[in-house]
Amino acid sequence: MFTVFGIPAAALFGQLLLGLINGAFYAMLSLGLALIFGLLNIINFSHGALYMMGAFVAWLLLTYVGAGYWVALVVAPVIVAALGIVIERTMLSRLYKLDHLYGLLLTFGLALIIEGLFRQLYGVSGMPYSVPKELAGGWNLGFMFLPIYRGWVVIASLVLCLGTWAVIEKTKLGAYLRAATENPTLVQAFGINVPVMITATYGFGVALAAIAGVLAAPVYSVNPMMGSNLIIVVFAVVVIGGMGSIMGSVVTGFLLGLLEGLTKVFYPEAAATVIFMVMVVVLLLKPAGLFGKGA
Amino acid sequence: MAKHDVTLTAAAPPAKAPSRQTLFVLALLALGVAAPFGIYPVFLMKGLCFALFAAAFNLLLGYVGLLSFGHAMFFGWSAYVTAHAAKEWGLTPELAILAGVALSAVMGTVVGWLAIRRQGIYFAMITLALAQLMFFLAVQAPFTHGEDGIQGVPRGHLFGVLNLSDMMTMYYFVLAVFVVALLLLYRVVNSPFGQVLKAIRDNEPRAISLGYQVERYKLLAFVLSASLAGLAGSVKSLVFQLASLADVHWHASGEVVLMTLLGGVGTVFGPTVGAFLVVTIQNYFSEVGSWVTIIQGVIFVICVLAFRSGIVGVLAPWLKKRGIQA
Amino acid sequence: MLKKTLVGAVAALALSAGAAQAQYSDNKVKIGVLTDLSGTYSDLAGQGSIVAAQMAIEDFGGKVNGVPVELVSADHQNKADIASSIARKWYDTEQVDAIFDLVTTATAVAVREVSREKGKIDMNSGAGSTVLTNDKCSATGFHWTYDVYAMAVGTGNAVVKQGGDSWYFLTADYAFGHDLEAQTAKVVKANGGTVKGSVRHPFPNSDFSSFLLQAQASGAKIIGLANAGSDTINAIKQAREFGITQGGQSLAGLLVFISDVHSLGLETAQGMLLTTGFYWDRDDASRAWSKRWSERMKGRMPTMVHAGVYSSVLHYLRSVQAAKTDEGIKVADQIRTLPIKDFFAVNGKVRADGRMVHDMYLAQVKKPSESKYPWDYYNILRTIPGDEAFKPLADSTCPLVKK
Repeated sequence: MFTVFGIPAAALFGQLLLGLINGAFYAMLSLGLALIFGLLNIINFSHGALYMMGAFVAWLLLTYVGAGYWVALVVAPVIVAALGIVIERTMLSRLYKLDHLYGLLLTFGLALIIEGLFRQLYGVSGMPYSVPKELAGGWNLGFMFLPIYRGWVVIASLVLCLGTWAVIEKTKLGAYLRAATENPTLVQAFGINVPVMITATYGFGVALAAIAGVLAAPVYSVNPMMGSNLIIVVFAVVVIGGMGSIMGSVVTGFLLGLLEGLTKVFYPEAAATVIFMVMVVVLLLKPAGLFGKGA
Repeated sequence: MAKHDVTLTAAAPPAKAPSRQTLFVLALLALGVAAPFGIYPVFLMKGLCFALFAAAFNLLLGYVGLLSFGHAMFFGWSAYVTAHAAKEWGLTPELAILAGVALSAVMGTVVGWLAIRRQGIYFAMITLALAQLMFFLAVQAPFTHGEDGIQGVPRGHLFGVLNLSDMMTMYYFVLAVFVVALLLLYRVVNSPFGQVLKAIRDNEPRAISLGYQVERYKLLAFVLSASLAGLAGSVKSLVFQLASLADVHWHASGEVVLMTLLGGVGTVFGPTVGAFLVVTIQNYFSEVGSWVTIIQGVIFVICVLAFRSGIVGVLAPWLKKRGIQA
Repeated sequence: MLKKTLVGAVAALALSAGAAQAQYSDNKVKIGVLTDLSGTYSDLAGQGSIVAAQMAIEDFGGKVNGVPVELVSADHQNKADIASSIARKWYDTEQVDAIFDLVTTATAVAVREVSREKGKIDMNSGAGSTVLTNDKCSATGFHWTYDVYAMAVGTGNAVVKQGGDSWYFLTADYAFGHDLEAQTAKVVKANGGTVKGSVRHPFPNSDFSSFLLQAQASGAKIIGLANAGSDTINAIKQAREFGITQGGQSLAGLLVFISDVHSLGLETAQGMLLTTGFYWDRDDASRAWSKRWSERMKGRMPTMVHAGVYSSVLHYLRSVQAAKTDEGIKVADQIRTLPIKDFFAVNGKVRADGRMVHDMYLAQVKKPSESKYPWDYYNILRTIPGDEAFKPLADSTCPLVKK
């Protein structure tokens, strides 16, 4: 096989595929964040902590209730979303009229609290969670061994992302949501319960984070800090994609995965930082982001 | 006839009573001078360094309305340069500090020029991204020794004369730097330059329409803020005799936001109060471990929901009635 | 008359106060445990270290030569400046005499500097870097439990001798990771093995798929994990997922604690080779102590760091007793002179560079079917004698070692 800059093509394809898989996680997480920012103008810094809660609830369900992965996929997002709704109703809703930097600070504080509490309770080494039997094993693709589970992650994430996009952009419900954020008073006047829509949207965004957490549990260490390592990267994705654009963050998520995959081959130490270089460039040239609508 | 020596003199103008403001400031100074006799000086010095850091940050947030989420890069990189200068190049402390501040000023110019093209959340995100890049550089650069940091930094002799290894001498030096810097900030904020900054914060389009070169003002404020943050970092590296990655990590940026928010954004003494409170929590709760971050989180939440003007902000109207501007 | 009495009284007071002070500062022996209570290393050290120190004080009797022993503890959050300021505060204002645990190299070095400056004792059980017994050695500083060299030698030697003669390193991109890789590579080559390559991953990192793929592509028989904590756990977990072992390659964890194995589960960690300074189930003495520790720690089992803290505190108290004072330099002399007798330091002795040399063990993680009870995780394959495990004194760059 031919080589690219000294790396055999097979290895390169393998890395790109892996990058795409990681991109799926980024896409899902930034989807939730973009949804919350795009529709609610809240910068949800606690997104990483909620993702972590999704993974932990899955572990808790397995350990204390005996409920497996498939149950957790449905139940964990519901539980975490419920918490999210409580947060929104009691705290976030008071900040809508203020500068959205306050939302950022509040959710940052919440993240510290949630992560701190889990650390107190469960330590930091992480809890064991295995890949469900149905998805164990892998395929030998020739240039790499692809675990079935990782393939599943990509499919699940694509379904979720495209599904969400479709709901927001193509359905009546989505239209109401978008209208409600542009002009809440008018929409309310039409008889649509705007606060409920807002709460529901926040809940849905949180649920997306939680599902990402459950999907991550079998492959990443389930520990209280798993979200805080990811959160600023996810932010970068959302900012690059365009803070209001759902399609933007999904596409950027996958692109970032690919970019990281390439960086890991040629200059691995920089893998965690390359996204920020891109972010600076994008912010300078197109501050609204690649797909964004307005600064 | 009684002999009265009546001398008619022009009535001397009544001695001008020192304003309440001056008395207040003098009282604080006296407190600063006396404190090390009762409280552990190293703790006080840490508080002063972070108070300066927070005050520098507050210049941008409180008076220009720009939230920088990457200020740790100035604080931390100055600490590294000063530590390296004092340890490897053998510079005397004042020169080492100057080196650190110079670096921050340069960094501030570059970062500021890049960042102020955008506003609000985008400005914050650019500063965060650039800070992450600087963090990565700090990890990779050999002179910083990565995770180990630069350790065993000598405090040296100030101007070749004053031995800073003596705790009290070091304390008064740090206090002096802090007071001078705060004085500088105060003068800046209350000058015509400062008034323009506030105008920009309150209504930028109007300021532009009035003919002010808004970008220049913002850049200057940014450079000043970065330099003072750098000064805080440089002094800190001499106090603790080390510079580490923790100083450039984004958590440090978050902490300075916390200090300013808690103390009171846009007030003169707010950041100082906030800094001392946070440092106290860190130090005296260190035995309780991870509760420190939980407590910090709770403070953030409470401040944002119910206490947005911060401690000094809440006290300000009361103080103002008594002629004190805090 | 009154004046005479007064003078006499003052003199008597001064004498007694002086005499007492010559022995023990503020009439107490104060021990500090400075560890990570909330971060990455809080399971392998943390609260368990505090409990271990407590047990040592109790087992010793709570007093030294009639003077009470006190314990203080704090969380350094793995930050050098926090560690440094707590150490300073303890030494300056609370008359702490010695500091223990000190996990994470950056904090260990910071506290070493402060301790050296103040002539106080630091006995490190948590950190791994060999600088503590080389460039940064001190007359009152000791390195008790393990270090990077011992891990490299133990695992590197053993694995190569077993047939693992081609290696590929997955290295955490920071000083510790680089050091671990460098030392292990040296040992591998010295044993006739080859290093096929290495890749540095960001520290910390959660996704290793890409790096594991590169390791797979290299064709090396052994993938050496030059990292620790959650990085190691993630790498191992994902290696299993990507069928690394099915493909014929083995993992060698260069710094693995029993708390990591517990978190991974035997299903995932089975077969892994590792070097450790302590295993709770090794013999009756270690079992007895570990069960006592476990009762206080909710059924967990101690790591070598915990056992090391117990051992170092106990030895410190014995040394204080022999020195009849808590003055750093004098106690340090006793620490180096007295033999170490406990369940942890088999054949233990303290060298001029501050290194406590003791037997290390090569272990392999059991298969799930082999494990009969909770925490039954290791098969001890071989005991590595102390003199073989640790860097020879002759190679030390410590200025205290006379050449």
